[in-house]
Amino acid sequence: MKEIRIHARAGQGAITTATLLGYAYFLQGTYAYAFPHFGAARMGAPMNAFVRVDSEPIRLRSQIYEPDYVIIVDNTLMRGFNCFAGLKDKGVAIINAEAGLELPRVKPTQKVFIVPANSIAQETIGRPLGNTALIGAFAAATGEIKLDTLIEAVKQKFGSRALEGNIAAVKRGYDFIKGKA
Amino acid sequence: MKEFIEGSRAVAEAVRLCKPGVISAYPITPQTHIVEELAQMVAEGSLNSQFVNVESEHSAASVVLGASATGVRAYTASSSQGILLMCEVLFNIAGMRLPLVLTCANRAISAPINIWNDQQDSISMRDAGWVQIYAENNQEAADMHFIAYRLAEDKNIMLPVMVCMDGFILTHGIETVDIPKQEEVDKFLPVYSPLYKLDTATPMTLGPLVGPDYYLETRYAIQETHKDVLTLLPKLAADFKAVFGRDYKNLLIEEYRTEGAEKVIVAMGSVCGTVKTVVDQMRAKGKKVGLLRVVSYRPFPYQEVYQALKDIPKVAVLDKSVSLGGYAPLAVEVKAACYGKKKTPKVISSFVAGLGGRDITVESIEEIYRRLTTKEVNLDFIDLKPELLKEKYGQ
Repeated sequence: MKEIRIHARAGQGAITTATLLGYAYFLQGTYAYAFPHFGAARMGAPMNAFVRVDSEPIRLRSQIYEPDYVIIVDNTLMRGFNCFAGLKDKGVAIINAEAGLELPRVKPTQKVFIVPANSIAQETIGRPLGNTALIGAFAAATGEIKLDTLIEAVKQKFGSRALEGNIAAVKRGYDFIKGKA
Repeated sequence: MKEFIEGSRAVAEAVRLCKPGVISAYPITPQTHIVEELAQMVAEGSLNSQFVNVESEHSAASVVLGASATGVRAYTASSSQGILLMCEVLFNIAGMRLPLVLTCANRAISAPINIWNDQQDSISMRDAGWVQIYAENNQEAADMHFIAYRLAEDKNIMLPVMVCMDGFILTHGIETVDIPKQEEVDKFLPVYSPLYKLDTATPMTLGPLVGPDYYLETRYAIQETHKDVLTLLPKLAADFKAVFGRDYKNLLIEEYRTEGAEKVIVAMGSVCGTVKTVVDQMRAKGKKVGLLRVVSYRPFPYQEVYQALKDIPKVAVLDKSVSLGGYAPLAVEVKAACYGKKKTPKVISSFVAGLGGRDITVESIEEIYRRLTTKEVNLDFIDLKPELLKEKYGQ
């Protein structure tokens, strides 16, 4: 079983992010359970979205406390929360930020990737919504999902207007980690 | 077809396949996505139904009551305060023997206001006469709607059915659900033909004033019909399996690894998935534990619950609701099922967890098994924060 925890603010698209990741896993033939947890249930309030993945249908319904992967959509949340809490020893964190962000100390076995997802999104989509760039980076950093599968998931879930930009964002996020950007 | 789909959308798809003629609902978290989706389907023309917008849940329930009385298949959904506002009408619907189906997206009750999941809303409608069934996952939540209409509209039943699914955990949870084909649903669920209906050509009165000389019998009749539901649900499960291939056993209870168990947790709804995970983990370590899932809370399957528990030494009942000032609602039923029998569990302890969305974790379940000892406990609250209980009123 693999577990992903997404840190965001309500309205930043974390549920879409979780849905796309879960859908990509589904397309790969595994079972996924993507679900949100709202804090104050208000736009801008800190919230989590989660994805739990397994080869069997998921039965465990609790939130995720010891994730394999963490995706931080809004890095201002790192000031008030320990977004790395419970991250597994070999865990991977993807942070939406510009280079130079001050990072907490992590274990040597853990990996942290900083991706300028909002800048990528601004250029590809025209709005600073870094979710699709982040999942592209996630696919590259973890090897969990094939790039083609992720693009297929994006194609199924986005309308024609936002599609092209989001596919470009996924690729840019992927290439950024692969060092091709 | 298997889809990766939100629970609310899966339920909306299932309701569409049931072809209700009238839908009326008032949006409330976490039920909203279900009725938004249905409204969209009606607007797009993919569902040929009349969607009646109303100003409150009391009106939503009243609209579907009226629609059903004219012989139309009707549907509504709600949560929490919405269910409470419907309360008066819900009793009427059951009393008038109208075969409505309502989805309860389970949520806590105010005050304090809380949008998160527990089961206090549907449990508070316990005595209304409705059948209540609780889904563990989204496949079951969707499938239960086909079963609910089939059960409700059976001429020997004619009672409303509430399909209960945990708010957020299921309604907002996205997972794989097999959405059946229309032909399959049509095969399982025939077109509704009412026994009686409001019709200007042959006028009649439904739900009139009834004096002391008749009222008692109307309540007796509903009570008797609930016994028939207990007999019919296993048959519907068999019919369902024949058409759709999915096996829901008897739709009354589900026994999970109870054979030879020393400790069994009894629970309802999505938390049973978490309990199953813990059972597997503990069984792998040689601990003899199991789960008894209650699927049908009304009617309550006393006989089946007793048979499943009679050889289990220690039983823990996990309630996600309370009856303030009394024992917990599921616990009283389990105790009643075992009362006065020769062979019973030595201990039936009662635990309360998850109120207002407090997360029920693997550790919460392990803690229940730990606290389930030879010393019986009642209303033991799991995951309480002692630091929050220290403040004194007025300070």
